[in-house]
Amino acid sequence: MKRIEAIIQPYKTDDVREALKEIGVDGMTIYDVRGHGRQKGHKEVYRGQEYEVDLLPKTKIELIIADDRVEETVNAIVESASTGKIGDGKVFIYPIEDAVRIRNKERGEAAL
Amino acid sequence: MTLNALLRLPAVLLFFTALPALAQAEEAQVDSGDNAWVLVCSALVLLMTGPGLALFYGGLVRKKNLLATMMQSFVMMAVMTILWALVGYSLAFAPGNSIIGGLDHLFLNGVGTEPSGSISHLTFMVFQLMFAIITPALITGAFAERMKFSALLIFVVLWAFIVYFPMAHMVWGPGGLMNAFDGGLIGCLDFAGGTVVHISSGVSALVCAIVIGKRKGYPSDSMRPNNLPLSFIGACLLWVGWFGFNAGSALAADGIAASAFVATHFAAAAAVVGWLVAEWLRDGKPSMLGGITGAVAGLVCITPGAGFVSPMAALIIGFISGLVCYFSVAIVKAKFGYDDSLDAFGVHGVGGTLGAILTGVFATKAVNDGFDGAPMGLLEGNMQQFVNNCLGALLTWVLAGLATYIILKIVDATVGLRVDEANEVKGLDITEHGEEAYG
Repeated sequence: MKRIEAIIQPYKTDDVREALKEIGVDGMTIYDVRGHGRQKGHKEVYRGQEYEVDLLPKTKIELIIADDRVEETVNAIVESASTGKIGDGKVFIYPIEDAVRIRNKERGEAAL
Repeated sequence: MTLNALLRLPAVLLFFTALPALAQAEEAQVDSGDNAWVLVCSALVLLMTGPGLALFYGGLVRKKNLLATMMQSFVMMAVMTILWALVGYSLAFAPGNSIIGGLDHLFLNGVGTEPSGSISHLTFMVFQLMFAIITPALITGAFAERMKFSALLIFVVLWAFIVYFPMAHMVWGPGGLMNAFDGGLIGCLDFAGGTVVHISSGVSALVCAIVIGKRKGYPSDSMRPNNLPLSFIGACLLWVGWFGFNAGSALAADGIAASAFVATHFAAAAAVVGWLVAEWLRDGKPSMLGGITGAVAGLVCITPGAGFVSPMAALIIGFISGLVCYFSVAIVKAKFGYDDSLDAFGVHGVGGTLGAILTGVFATKAVNDGFDGAPMGLLEGNMQQFVNNCLGALLTWVLAGLATYIILKIVDATVGLRVDEANEVKGLDITEHGEEAYG
């Protein structure tokens, strides 16, 4: 099992969910987050007072997937979230040790 | 309608058409039209403080101080009303000397339904009260996000007695020092409160900002507004309420009220353009906050001249005020480094002073023949009036500035002006009031 963590542009969230649904990936957790990588922030001016806003709104999608589905899942996310511009985001993949379904105590991939 | 009633109709009509003549014959009688108008205007002026100013200011602070900021405006509606009823109205408007009124109207003694001009005395009293409410509320923009609520209460009571009541008496009260229409030594043209309301609150605000000091983290930390749509609603309510403020100051539903209404509206519109032009040129973008702040600056600036200047002069006054107030808020404040947090001085102090000066320039007998045919403003050749208006503004600066400084020192020595640093970081909503805007 792997955990896939994708940080994407907020306005791409629906596209990514649609793409994941098409390949049969339904379960996920979505967060509103703020951050930046190489993307620069922007300037806001209130009555002449300037503020540099460098933490930008992003969406984080987190999902756990069986090992044999990792590639297609990552591809679906990358394809649907890409605009080719700085600020599109990143995908991280982590190993997962185990999973438990609380309702019936299933373990491992069966719990996904 | 019965036949009998129809037959009586001509007699009734005759009675009503005879009324104006009767009013002239018996002098001072309450005119129902005038009385209704000024009562409505009183409600409009109250609307400027709550929710107008409370929203305008509330939207501009950080969200941890939203309720505390609104509360600082709202509480004026209670405190000033009680002071006004007990003693304030008397000190402002009862006959006294040229500086302060007497005690004839203590506890509203002798203030009833009898005529005061063409409105009832109670109407006049309550209309003036609404001005006494908004004036100290304007000051709260200067020390937003850091002043103790207890300190605010003591401050406002002292400020009312030492600054507001004398100012109102000097400019509008019988025999006042700056009352141009009742033998004032330095007679000023101040139609609706450029000196009494805006210069006095604006200059006091500057002194407050300097004495209390900057907010922790200012100007390096982000102090971005928590909710500009609230400020937008507030500013638009201020604009509407200002019709009551300025046009109501005619104290009658007459042509001067109409003139003041138009001048008020025109100045606000031109000031929006003035501010946006300045902002676009210097900051690169015209902002919504800039637009609404410009409107308020224009409304402030036209206040003293509203019933004295022509519609075209109002456009000029408004446009200049947008440029000048932008300059004071965006450039002067940054240069000197004081933290007038919501620009009470930059908009009301500067706009009010500019308005006093420009009223001295543009006042015209064509709009308001206040001096019985004699010229009104500088453009009509009345140099003395221009000088008087400048002197009146200067006198207001000195009185408001010195008195506020002394009051702040007194309050600081008793309960302390400022919340402690830990509470300032947590925010005044929780620490001063025990509640949060967004639960």
